[in-house]
Amino acid sequence: MSGIFNFQQVINSIQLGSIYALIAIGYTLVYGIVKLVNFAHGDFYMLGAYVAYFTAMFEISRKDQPNVIIILLISMSTGALVAFLSNRIAYRPLRYKPRLSALITAIGVSLFLEYTSSAMPFIGPSFRPFPDVIQTKQFHIGGAVLTNYQIINVAIAVTLMVVLTYIIKYTRVGMAMRASSQDKDALKLMGVNLEKIIDFTFIIGGSLAGAAGLLAGITYPRINPYMGIIPGLKAFIAAVLGGIGNVTGAMLGAFIIGFAETFGYAINSVIGEGIAYAILIIVLIFLPQGLLGKKTGEKV
Amino acid sequence: MLKVNDLEVSYGAIKALKGITFEVKSGEIVTLIGANGAGKSTTLRTISGLLKAKRGQIFYKGDEITNREPNEIVAMGIVQIPEGRRTFPDLTVRENLELGAWTIKSRKVINDKLEGVYELFPRLKERRGQLAGTLSGGEQQMLAVGRALMAEANLVLLDEPSMGLAPVLVDEIFEVIERINKEGRTILLVEQNAEMALQIANYAYVLEVGNIVFEGEAKTVAQDPKIKAAYLGA
Repeated sequence: MSGIFNFQQVINSIQLGSIYALIAIGYTLVYGIVKLVNFAHGDFYMLGAYVAYFTAMFEISRKDQPNVIIILLISMSTGALVAFLSNRIAYRPLRYKPRLSALITAIGVSLFLEYTSSAMPFIGPSFRPFPDVIQTKQFHIGGAVLTNYQIINVAIAVTLMVVLTYIIKYTRVGMAMRASSQDKDALKLMGVNLEKIIDFTFIIGGSLAGAAGLLAGITYPRINPYMGIIPGLKAFIAAVLGGIGNVTGAMLGAFIIGFAETFGYAINSVIGEGIAYAILIIVLIFLPQGLLGKKTGEKV
Repeated sequence: MLKVNDLEVSYGAIKALKGITFEVKSGEIVTLIGANGAGKSTTLRTISGLLKAKRGQIFYKGDEITNREPNEIVAMGIVQIPEGRRTFPDLTVRENLELGAWTIKSRKVINDKLEGVYELFPRLKERRGQLAGTLSGGEQQMLAVGRALMAEANLVLLDEPSMGLAPVLVDEIFEVIERINKEGRTILLVEQNAEMALQIANYAYVLEVGNIVFEGEAKTVAQDPKIKAAYLGA
């Protein structure tokens, strides 16, 4: 296969889409329950990347072979912790206040995390090269090149998405998460402590964003404190495209954006970026609730 | 079992309850009747902790529960079947029931309770895999009752269980309420359908715009000429 529509682009699209998907899930979960667009979500991803970077550098400095799984767990814990704290400190006090206040606060949390990170001497505002955590290997399939990084990236992302889907579908807390997006008062009457479910939702979303940070670090190895802005926005777009509040929709939307962006670049590197946004506009004109969103309006 | 003392609740500047006092004795069915806007649902929502009291106290088995969190109140053994059923439409029947057992940790106890509810409502067993939103109104009311029975509750608060149901289903639901009561649960029943409520209740309170205006044995209340004229359409 040759030309623009080749297998290489498909590989790249899946890899990019899987990173967007991990971020988009957090947006959609949080929105589903507290109706908050958590604009700081992209920054959880950025912090995940930085923690992965420091962990890898530390392991390398000790002449150890960096362990991707350990780095992954540390990145996820960081994302989870920052998400949990953002909720407790900034969002929870505004839970029953006008929604716009929470939205503005989310933008505030986002800028706070970006500028504070960039002001830290050990992080700084400039790009840092992400180290090689493993020896790069390349596999040639037809005319396409597949790296072991891409395989790790997609394998981790898919595993996490499967685990998440299991939690949401088959565990009690997953059931409560779904119920809470349908009827909060009724859920409280079941004896559920709603705030705990919200904490858990932030923790899950934050950990997936942290994981995405590591994956972005190893596959697009340049990180800086503002790296979360654009992927965060695109993941948000993916979540809306798929139908915000719907987890499967967020994953679907993320892969659509991944493909659109990759192929858009391949067609024309100048307008490539615009394609993802054009898709959003067109889909929403015809399906304002997103691809898998519910048609009914919000219940009062 | 439940004692409410001088309870006042307001929505902003509007007083919904202006200091009501009543009692529910263990093992009884007590009904709170009154017109729309009398404050019946407000009373139940405040007992469950969804609304905060401005003044007054609520005691359950001697412990003060005023303004506790809803999850603590459920854990103490008070469960509410809210107005309009409020089942989770995008969850299956079985998932709805499982959520009702949230405060129970033992899988075995949950399974036993699930079997008990399926026995009481065979229709729910048939439809256990179906989304609750696809059930008819009567089935949803059964689900709401079944879901409450999943909790380890001694006191059941029922808010307008007859609302929007065909007469034959209303009879069925009231039979179920009596049965639940005979199995040992105390019931506080809020109803606009005063006739039905007074038939099954032991004791009744009449609520009018935030005040209790009348109380007595259900039979006595049903015979009172003023109550008859105002609530029983006689």
